[in-house]
Amino acid sequence: MNVKALIFCLLPITAQAQGFAGLGTEVEGYAVPQPNRIFTFPEDHGPHSDYRIEWWYLTANLTGPDGTDYGLQWTLFRSALAPEEGVGWTAAQLWMGHAAVTTPDAHYVSERLGRGGIGQAGVTADPFAAWIDDWTLSGDWTTLAMSASGSDFAYDMELTAQGPLVFHGDAGFSVKSAEGQASYYYSQPYFDIAGVLTLPDGDVPVTGHAWLDREWSSQPLGANQTGWDWFSLSFDDGAKLMGFRLQQTDGADFTSATWIAPDGTSTAMADGAFTAAPLDENAQGVPVRWHVTLPARDVDVTVTAINDNAWMTTSVPYWEGPVTVTGSHQGHGYLEMTGYE
Amino acid sequence: MTRVTLHALLSHWWRSPLQLFTLLAGLALATALWSGVQAVNAEARASYRAASTTLGEGSYDRLARRDGQPIDLTTYVALRRAGWLVSPVITGRLNDVRIIGVEPLTAPGSMGAAEMAQGADVAGFIAGQGQMFGSADVAARLPDFTVIISENAAPNTAVTDIGIAQDILGRSGEIDSLVIVPEQPIRQADLEQIAPNLIRQRAQQSTDTAQLTDSFHLNLTAFGLLSFAVGIFIVNGAIGLAFEQRRPVIRTLRALGVPLRRLVLLMAAELMIFSMVAGVVGVFLGYVIAALLLPDVAATLRGLYGADVSGTLQLRPSWWVSGLAIALGGTAVAATGALWKLSKMPLLAAAQKRALAMAAGRRAGLQAMIAAILLTICLILCITAQGLIAGFALLACLLIGAALGLPFVLDRVLSLASRGAKSIVAQWFWADTRQQLPGLSLALMALLLAMAANVGVSTMVSSFRTTFTGFLEQRLTSELYVDTANPAQADTFVAYATPRVDAVLPIMSSQTTIADQPTEIYGTRDHATYRDNWQMLEAARDHWDTTFAGQTILLNEQLARRGGLSVGDRVTVLGREMPIAGIYGDYGNPIGQAIIAEDLFAEIYPEITPDRFGVRIAPERVPDFIAALSAETDLSAAQTINQAGIKALSLAIFERTFTVTTVLNILTLTVAGFAILMSLLTLASMRVPQLAPAWAMGMTRAQLGRLELLRAVLLAVLTAVIALPLGLALAWALLSVVNVAAFGWKLPMYLFPMDYARLGLFALIAAALAALWPARRLARTPPADLLKVFSNER
Repeated sequence: MNVKALIFCLLPITAQAQGFAGLGTEVEGYAVPQPNRIFTFPEDHGPHSDYRIEWWYLTANLTGPDGTDYGLQWTLFRSALAPEEGVGWTAAQLWMGHAAVTTPDAHYVSERLGRGGIGQAGVTADPFAAWIDDWTLSGDWTTLAMSASGSDFAYDMELTAQGPLVFHGDAGFSVKSAEGQASYYYSQPYFDIAGVLTLPDGDVPVTGHAWLDREWSSQPLGANQTGWDWFSLSFDDGAKLMGFRLQQTDGADFTSATWIAPDGTSTAMADGAFTAAPLDENAQGVPVRWHVTLPARDVDVTVTAINDNAWMTTSVPYWEGPVTVTGSHQGHGYLEMTGYE
Repeated sequence: MTRVTLHALLSHWWRSPLQLFTLLAGLALATALWSGVQAVNAEARASYRAASTTLGEGSYDRLARRDGQPIDLTTYVALRRAGWLVSPVITGRLNDVRIIGVEPLTAPGSMGAAEMAQGADVAGFIAGQGQMFGSADVAARLPDFTVIISENAAPNTAVTDIGIAQDILGRSGEIDSLVIVPEQPIRQADLEQIAPNLIRQRAQQSTDTAQLTDSFHLNLTAFGLLSFAVGIFIVNGAIGLAFEQRRPVIRTLRALGVPLRRLVLLMAAELMIFSMVAGVVGVFLGYVIAALLLPDVAATLRGLYGADVSGTLQLRPSWWVSGLAIALGGTAVAATGALWKLSKMPLLAAAQKRALAMAAGRRAGLQAMIAAILLTICLILCITAQGLIAGFALLACLLIGAALGLPFVLDRVLSLASRGAKSIVAQWFWADTRQQLPGLSLALMALLLAMAANVGVSTMVSSFRTTFTGFLEQRLTSELYVDTANPAQADTFVAYATPRVDAVLPIMSSQTTIADQPTEIYGTRDHATYRDNWQMLEAARDHWDTTFAGQTILLNEQLARRGGLSVGDRVTVLGREMPIAGIYGDYGNPIGQAIIAEDLFAEIYPEITPDRFGVRIAPERVPDFIAALSAETDLSAAQTINQAGIKALSLAIFERTFTVTTVLNILTLTVAGFAILMSLLTLASMRVPQLAPAWAMGMTRAQLGRLELLRAVLLAVLTAVIALPLGLALAWALLSVVNVAAFGWKLPMYLFPMDYARLGLFALIAAALAALWPARRLARTPPADLLKVFSNER
């Protein structure tokens, strides 16, 4: 048995789990997100152990000296076995890190797993540091240092925030289904990023823009929701759009979006305001070209993957990669698709 | 009609229950030996596969403390955070169960996690509730824990989370070793900086033992096959006899209008039912045999792996299938001839009372011819055989040819002997023995095969042991071996050890390619250790002198065979061409190996400095030297290997192999003895008409009985005399053809005359015991029965 199969049995992602990756399972004993939460920082940058799942999720669109586009991902997931912290081997917190670098013709992936309570992986709020093994993301959220490595790639990056935090949904309370499942969700979409990618062909100095998502919940998906398509798009005029489409077993969709004006003010969009329709699939059957609209802001764009094969060969596999935007708006962004096999 | 016909056919067995018993017992015993050996093989393999995967030993490099002390959590986390993908392991004992604590999130591959997917629940395993995985007997010994029973768990081992293991072993915070995941990140800090007190231990080179145990299993399998062949001879005999005796019944049935096809089908069905019954009994008996043998095999494996191996047997469904299949297949093979003859039998052929004997007599010529053909093929194969299939074909031709030729040879010998007979009784004895030969020939063939198998397998196993012991002496000549961690430590060691010991022999090696074969090349210092102990299979004059002078190279047998090389051929090593001065035996090593002089090696590989050393030192000084070494330098006792321990372990393994072989020998002889008993009992009733005249002419019944016994022993002796060279030929084929094909190395053959003498004695005792009862019965035949022969012969 390989570690992959093992993690399937160890993370609460078993056959009877519901929704994608067990995100729709019951929440007994865990706290549940409520509207009108008042966020406090830096505390909320840290972990919320009484919630079942949580992530620190950074994606970046990068450009090399020759103009080549690159994508980069640094993610740390927390998955609780019980709503408590704990110290030592009995700690009930599991950590999973995903790192990736996408080039137009290659996709490098690495995954790390670790136990909470022993120092191998974790997050502290003040000073802020998120780490698993030798991977780190640390700083004061105005500037952050980030690194990760795999068996065939590595990177070291410096990030500098150029704008405010953005809260999704109702002031950070992001509804995920018609039944009311929700998560706390905010982002820092305004990072400038610069650093070095270490790839098999050598080091590549890169610069670009990064988007850091923070989200935690105990049951973010409805039991009938099997996956999502998530877009974070940065347009050349300075506006940004975060939108997602949740797929349901009944064939219907639930959509949600946040429009971020160039000045940083954000507007939540209700179910149905944002649409995303697949145009082309890659060989694996995963859509890699999308028609995305937000009529309320005159957005009607085509989103195209820079590398069709940005499949994350991790314990829970999914597609995650950089995209370009054409149509009513020009720009770039990141696309994440789950629930495809 | 079918029912009536079947009833008529079966009635034969009611009248001759002994024949039925022979048939069933022969088949059951054959199946038992076959499935017993298979069971031992399968169980042993399963056991050590589970053992080696659970422990992850042999597959992964590890980090351990130089001083052998436990590693602390801080060091583990520091390594992880420096980019070292390592996973902690702790082992210990609780209620005599080996507890293995692993960290499932970081453990590589299959390690520790065998079959954990079934029934695992996250919170139970990781979050401190004490969930474990183990076999059923482990669960019984750990009543305080939730043990999830796993079919493929290593015997006597429970796998649990490291946190729980630390807790129940009372070793909080301690880690025994860190397993290094094979795929590491492209950048990581130096081990020296993060954890200078840790040392990397290379993965065990488990190939040696794997190859040797494979060879051991091949021996066992060959033995099982031979035992089965012996059994099939018995079955063939019983079926043949039954068919001959039922000729009148068959003739009558056919005359009454039963179609031939239906008759053949019914008889085939009848046999299949018998073989199913015998197969079930055989598998059960095989299970008993395996259960008796397994503790020895388990002990062997415990020696091999130093880990717990199950000494108990699980009855696996696959045995039933293979056991019944072999019983059915064997019966089919044994019965084909008889059924074919039945289908060709003239409808009105006369019922012949002595049909079997006469038919056998007619067949003798044909058999002798087939034997001659098979033995000729065998001779050709001896010279040309390449590969495993040809090797087994050679074995088959040899055994079947010899068995079929036996009656002819015995007949010739007896005919020669009868010429020297002077007295009337002696002349009658020889003639009568010749006349009985056809009836006994099948049993004697079985005895021949059993003895030949015993001689062959004993020779092979003993040769194996002798060779291996010698090989160990040769390869582990140095009393002590030392692994150093880095060049500085190596220098320290050489400086420290040189004035204190007889010799320090550096061991330097590198991977290369010679004659397109992957090869490990060794640079070797000129020392008497090598000159005195290494035995060459083939060598040029002064091979050590020229090699140490850097002019020639020595190859192991595997490399020479695969590359088609022999002494005098030239090979190229990194652009240098040099002749081969010698080829040495390298048993159990799967890959090529070559030896060149130390200086030449340094010239070719200037970047390689020695990190392993052999130390020549008086054996009794070894413990003190190790103690002083670890006290006065930064080397630890863990970096040294005391070769005496390795040798003792290896020898213990072969003692066990021996026990298993002896038990199997006795079982096969028992089967052969049984065949003789059954043949004699069957013949006894038919012999009254032949003995009655001898009795009437004045020989006492006791005299006749003694002669019967003498005859059985005489035939056994003759068979044994033929079996000995056959067995040796068998051993030769196994060692020089089959082993080479299977493993790439040839085992030299040694002879063990005392063993053969003992075997011969056993065979005689078996034959005598088998003849005793029929002889006694004959001696007590009521005179009235003998008289009846004259009054009412037919």
